[in-house]
Amino acid sequence: MSTVTELSSSRLPQDLLQQHGAALDAWFNDRFAKKLKEVEENKTPSLAIIATKGAMDWAYPPFILASTASALGWDVSVFFTFYGLELLKKKLNLQVSPLGNPGMPMKMPFGPEWFQGINWNIPNAVMAGVPGFEKLATGLMKKTVKNNGVASIQELRDVCVEAGVNLVACQMTVDLFGYSREDFIPEVKDWIGAASFLPVAQQSDVCLFI
Amino acid sequence: MSTTAQELDARGLNCPLPILRAKKAINGLQHGQILRVRATDPGSVKDFDAFCKATGNELVSSEQDGGEYVFQIRKH
Repeated sequence: MSTVTELSSSRLPQDLLQQHGAALDAWFNDRFAKKLKEVEENKTPSLAIIATKGAMDWAYPPFILASTASALGWDVSVFFTFYGLELLKKKLNLQVSPLGNPGMPMKMPFGPEWFQGINWNIPNAVMAGVPGFEKLATGLMKKTVKNNGVASIQELRDVCVEAGVNLVACQMTVDLFGYSREDFIPEVKDWIGAASFLPVAQQSDVCLFI
Repeated sequence: MSTTAQELDARGLNCPLPILRAKKAINGLQHGQILRVRATDPGSVKDFDAFCKATGNELVSSEQDGGEYVFQIRKH
């Protein structure tokens, strides 16, 4: 860009510039747009995700998007912070809670079709009061996932690991919750803080907070 | 037209598994070889189109056969 500007202002005679300035500008704009398009097309897209939730349902978006982006050939980084660290535990034990989650359908993944179609409207007080209700809901959700050929979280995480997705963990959260690095899968690439991930996020084409 | 180098059965799998499995299978192919994918996920029609556009692989064909979708992808 600068070469044209310098050339036109320093070397070209003023009268020539006055005469052909518009044409030069048009030529440059055209050339610049083409070059910019070329650079865009040759660039590897990148995705940066900040994963902050540790429930089974919230584990899907980061892992689905990260694994799919890696399949598209993108560079992917995921920063796991706060409850998101649960997604990096060696032994995944993610639960889903219908309590305070009015969007979650309560349907049975077995039995005849009419039965499976019923949305069980269970009051919050019952969900909160019955011991083991979340375990039950999690079991039903896992069954529903399996019935529908949807990947398990473990499966999606394995794909991410295999594809070389940059999985990084928040060191502050590890300290805060009294975890040790041995609790997490060895594929965690780095233990970092906000100051280290923000520059990654800044350079990414797509940045998501989940 | 070159023949199919590999078959992938992605029937019964849901988004994004057919794409992830296909990507893995393509990794094992040589340039110009064809992967044939069978899927039942209706979303895979648009997904394979987008996948091929993004990765530079050629979507040779995308067909519906009863309740099944068949895609042929030539590795870039």
